Amino acid sequence: MSEISPPPRAKRPEFRNINPFNDMPGYRWPLAAIVSGMHRFSGLLMFLLMPFIIWMFDTSVSSEISFARFTSAFRNGLGFFPGPLVKLVALGLIWAFLHHFIAGLRHIYMDIFHTVSKEAGRISAQWTLALSLGLTVVLGAKLFGLY
Amino acid sequence: MSVNYGSKRLVVGAHYGLRDWIAQRVTGLLMALFTVIVLAQVVLNKGPMGYEKWAGIFAAQWMKALTFSVIVALLYHAWVGMREIFMDYIPGAYVRLLLQTFSIVWLVACAGWAIQVLWRL
Repeated sequence: MSEISPPPRAKRPEFRNINPFNDMPGYRWPLAAIVSGMHRFSGLLMFLLMPFIIWMFDTSVSSEISFARFTSAFRNGLGFFPGPLVKLVALGLIWAFLHHFIAGLRHIYMDIFHTVSKEAGRISAQWTLALSLGLTVVLGAKLFGLY
Repeated sequence: MSVNYGSKRLVVGAHYGLRDWIAQRVTGLLMALFTVIVLAQVVLNKGPMGYEKWAGIFAAQWMKALTFSVIVALLYHAWVGMREIFMDYIPGAYVRLLLQTFSIVWLVACAGWAIQVLWRL
């Protein structure tokens, strides 16, 4: 074994046992990371609200009477939830679905075309956010009866 | 194929990473296709969207078969996603196992409900 040692390097910060409160606020969040985080969050949201989604499917297709119950939930509320709150939850679901849908297609696009550069990731993240938020605003305006 | 038995047996690594990765994409594409089909029928619909028209979208036999596949796809897709979230953020084996168990029950129950609705149509 020769006695060649690597040149001394500047000591870099080491992160072990990451503390969410001390370390995580210092993380940089590039646009692609925001899209990725929101992809997870939107998936989790739809997972947790799945019974509500199926309730909407159930009441909207089962019968004329249940369909009336479905539409009245958005106008007059559902149980002790007022109508605007039901609409707000539906708006959250619309956003979650749109974001998850577009971000998912972005993933498949990246898999097929091997677009792994930082720049391509940033641009597709911009598109994802613009499309999902734009469509959410359009559909949200329809949901709240603005047009 | 690499040797994976006897003393060469790999005892670590779940090895279902690629399978789940592909399943995630295939099930996602199937749900995307379903979304486009449902949306197209809603958008192309003329006049007010009442109960008859809305329920009619799902009443066709091919649409029932497709919706059934989408429910199953969603079940698997959500399971892979939730498992990923738990693996990344939940360090304790017991808590993770508990959450995974909850997810399975939650998803199977939801899928059962959705299929029940579909069967009544």
